[in-house]
Parts: sequence; structure tokens; C-alpha cells
Amino acid sequence: MIDLLYFAWVRERIGLPRERLATEAATVADLVEELRAREDRYALAFADLSSLRVALDQELADFDAPLAGVREVAFFPPMTGG
Amino acid sequence: MLVQGAPFDFGAEAAAFSAAAGGAGAVVTFTGLVRDLSGRLQAMEIEHYPGMTERAIAAIASEAVERWRLVDALVIHRYGRLGPGEPIMMVATAAAHRAEAFAAAEFLMDYLKSRAPFWKKEVTADGADWVAAKDADEAALGRW
Repeated sequence: MIDLLYFAWVRERIGLPRERLATEAATVADLVEELRAREDRYALAFADLSSLRVALDQELADFDAPLAGVREVAFFPPMTGG
Repeated sequence: MLVQGAPFDFGAEAAAFSAAAGGAGAVVTFTGLVRDLSGRLQAMEIEHYPGMTERAIAAIASEAVERWRLVDALVIHRYGRLGPGEPIMMVATAAAHRAEAFAAAEFLMDYLKSRAPFWKKEVTADGADWVAAKDADEAALGRW
């Protein structure tokens, strides 16, 4: 099981801040494909990966990164701190 | 490093940081405020990723300390609902000389903007909109 976290407009489009998922996805991109296929709200949130960032266990990662051993995956738009 | 919902006293934080920075010859401080150029802003809502925020800021601050041999560095960043003109965040750097203190403060600001997991939403009478990240902010990282 992995924890999925969503922030900012990704959270709003999907309609929840976090959920747990049992997945066989090997990479982040595989996980995104799996989520997109679930429901329209996921397809909408993940429509354009260039406007999304992903963190694996709280470290920024690429969409082709492997998920083996990862416990927490977070999806969010580019950050606007400062 | 402080990640907090509560307001902070910029002057008191700067004075305490400076007093504790023994041996430093220069202290540089920067404070970011909630901007309201149109006069229509009701509030700025700042969301963050608890846990990753602290990790990211700690990593950025320790890189600044190492690269510019800082005596100390301070980062305070708020989250939650803020009003126009309120301080959002501050950085302070203490170094032997001003060049290092200024450069490290700029580095901290550039990285906090694009690498610390905060998201801003502007609330006006017409509704609320997420602030889009600027290409220039990402490009600014290239100079370091």
C-alpha cells in the first residue's frame, strides 16, 4: 500500500487530500496511467504532466522514477513559495 | 527554521538573529509581504506539504551555509490565510562579509520560491485563483 497525497489544484480536482492505494505500478508514470483510468476527475487532474510535479517520500522526483520501496507519493503543481 | 501559521515579528526576529550571530560582520534580511497591486485582494491562502516543507527548507538552508560559509541562516515561512500587506516569510543570513550574506540570501529566496512545497491562492471578490509559477522563477535557479 502506498499513500497518495494531492496538493493545491490537484487536490481540488480530485476532491480529496490523500488516499491509500494498493498498486502494482512500477513507475510514477505507470501509477499516473492507473489513476487516469479510474475516473474523469483523475483524468482531468493528470491531463498535462508538464504542469505537475511529483515527490517520492518527500523528495522531488521524475515521472519515470521507480516506485519500489516508496511509501508516499505526492502530486502537486509547480511550487509558489517565497 | 520555522514553518508556522502565526504571524511573526520581523524586527524582533532580525534583532535576535543578529545578536546570536557571533563573529559575523554582515547580516542581510529579506521579508516577503502579501502583494496587492490591484487593491482587490481579500486574502492570500498558502497551502504547504507538512514534512516535506521542513526537509526542503533545511536542505536549502544547509547548502547556503556551506557554500557561503555563513555563520548562520534563518528561514521563517507562514501558511494559512493571510491578509494584504502581511509578512509571508523572511530569510536572514549572517556572514563575515556582505557579499556572501547578500548572495546567500538571494540563493535562499530563489530556491524557496521554486523548491519549497508551498502553493499560493489569491482570494478576491470575484473568486479564488491559484498563483501560477513563473518561468522566470525556475530560470533563476540556473544562475546558482
